[in-house]
Amino acid sequence: MNEKTLILGVIGADVHAVGNRILEYAFRQAGFRVVNLGVMVQQEEYISAALETAADAILVSSLYGHGEMDCRGLRQKCEEAGLEGILMYVGGNLVVGKQEFHEVEMKFRAMGFDRVYPPGTAPDTAIEDLQRDLGVV
Amino acid sequence: MGIWICLDIGSTWTKATAVDPDAPRIVGTSRSRTTVETDVNLGVSAALAELVRQCGHHSIDRRLACSSAAGGLRMAAVGLVPELTAEAARRAAFSAGAKVIRTFSHELTAADLRDLDSMRPDILLLCGGTDGGNRRGLLHNAAALASLETVFPVVLAGNRSVAEEAAGLLRGRGKPVRITENVMPEFNRLNLEPAREAIREVFLERIVKAKGLDKVASLVDDLLMPTPFAVLNAVRLLAEGYDGETGWGDLMALDVGGATTDVYSMAAGEPSLPGVLWKGLPEPYAKRTVEGDLGVRLNAQAITETLGDGLHGLSQLALRAHVTTDTASDWLKTISENPGILPESVSTSPIPSACAPEACSLSHDHSALDSALAIRAMQVALQRHAGKMEEAFTPMGRVHVQTGKDLTGVRRLILTGGPLVDALDPAGLANAALSADPSAAASGTLLLPDKMDLFLDKSYILAAMGLLAAEQPLVALRIMKKEMIAL
Repeated sequence: MNEKTLILGVIGADVHAVGNRILEYAFRQAGFRVVNLGVMVQQEEYISAALETAADAILVSSLYGHGEMDCRGLRQKCEEAGLEGILMYVGGNLVVGKQEFHEVEMKFRAMGFDRVYPPGTAPDTAIEDLQRDLGVV
Repeated sequence: MGIWICLDIGSTWTKATAVDPDAPRIVGTSRSRTTVETDVNLGVSAALAELVRQCGHHSIDRRLACSSAAGGLRMAAVGLVPELTAEAARRAAFSAGAKVIRTFSHELTAADLRDLDSMRPDILLLCGGTDGGNRRGLLHNAAALASLETVFPVVLAGNRSVAEEAAGLLRGRGKPVRITENVMPEFNRLNLEPAREAIREVFLERIVKAKGLDKVASLVDDLLMPTPFAVLNAVRLLAEGYDGETGWGDLMALDVGGATTDVYSMAAGEPSLPGVLWKGLPEPYAKRTVEGDLGVRLNAQAITETLGDGLHGLSQLALRAHVTTDTASDWLKTISENPGILPESVSTSPIPSACAPEACSLSHDHSALDSALAIRAMQVALQRHAGKMEEAFTPMGRVHVQTGKDLTGVRRLILTGGPLVDALDPAGLANAALSADPSAAASGTLLLPDKMDLFLDKSYILAAMGLLAAEQPLVALRIMKKEMIAL
């Protein structure tokens, strides 16, 4: 089984469900095995799902502007749980208000995310990155 | 055609039910004390003899048996993540009729292994990882279990990719293993039935013999399953119907016993309101939970502790039973030392004979305490079985989050188990258990109805009907529809 497994979910108290479904569809079409946790996902749920399924990447969405607090510590908890070095992406409307995306990106990279996407990123961008980072192509 | 006899060899009582499948009806029931400590056949013969006395000279076509004697089926469950495969393993063991003495998660430690060594489960269910998922946990735990001196059979229902390898580790050290399908083949998809069946098979092949129950082979044609397995089958059949004969639809059952309280729900349990977010592991339609700390005899002390610590719990129990705390304390002591005791026999013989319970006059205070214990056991067992609804406030407004099954739409509740079947007012006990519990923690709304239509398993035949259902489902269904008495 060479299929790569992705854990997908919208973090925190965020209930934006539409983009989550679109991403699930796009990633499946691209040949990934997708474990979609849906909306209102806690950090522990990503970690538990990744452990059981031996996932290759955790993909976090946040659309409601509170992503910074929600995402803090996820990398450390992954390491604590034995998921050292697991690939982590984050994307969406990560922060409230007008901030330069570059600053946002730096902030989330410092938290341990491997890639950070601004609002309006097409699924194909993440798919290409995943294929490259996971060595699928 | 002759009659069929279904025997339930319980921890205290061996119960026999004679069925005329052509009528179809119950032609007789009897019970005798279980004698597994000496020779299980003594109790079985006594129960059968009493049955023959009642029903006269019918020819007997078939004799089936189930058992929860000699401690029932004691299992340990092992999984990877506590809320995922460990919980799935626990549920599979429950549905197979086991009492789960402990659930382990992640990698088994030296301390865990020492515990397993001393608790000696009848069977261990080993799970971990989705198919193609985590391999390390299952392999580590199989190797750890292989190193144990104690030998107990292992049912292996984990990641398919390494199941053979893990089983090889155990077999290499002489441990009996049965491989079956993964309890969670994909993330959040449960597949409990194959593990349930494998547990039943191992129970019959090994545990029955180890507990000295195989002797009944001279008196019965087939020992088929653990008793709670049979009860689950019966309740499920009554809910679903069979072959054009309609069932009752969604229902629940409560089985109160001396050592445990079991709750069964046959319902999908989906959110009953729109827009509710359903979190957590998917719920099986046929669900059984066992509360090993809630039995009205062996665990009466633990029931009291659910009302409060120490003296506070005791005074709460006394208050509910309208007795003094001294009376309550004495009675708890008496029943823990002598679990076979019934209220009427306190002043006479320490062990009640096999008399018909209703014929005895009850000591008022003690039966009031027994009632209070039964109510509390049911109340807590129902609270643990049912799902919960919590409100969460998000930037987008209020959201309702459900975990577990929503049982608010279930109308029928079946009551079984000695303490309920023999109670003077079983409906009163059940209604008290269903009414709001002010002591419940305020961690969301409990998804239970506060009023249900109550039915009593008056002839105490649910386990027998579950057995019969294995070979004559239509007969079992028709009899249950008649014999579950509306209260």
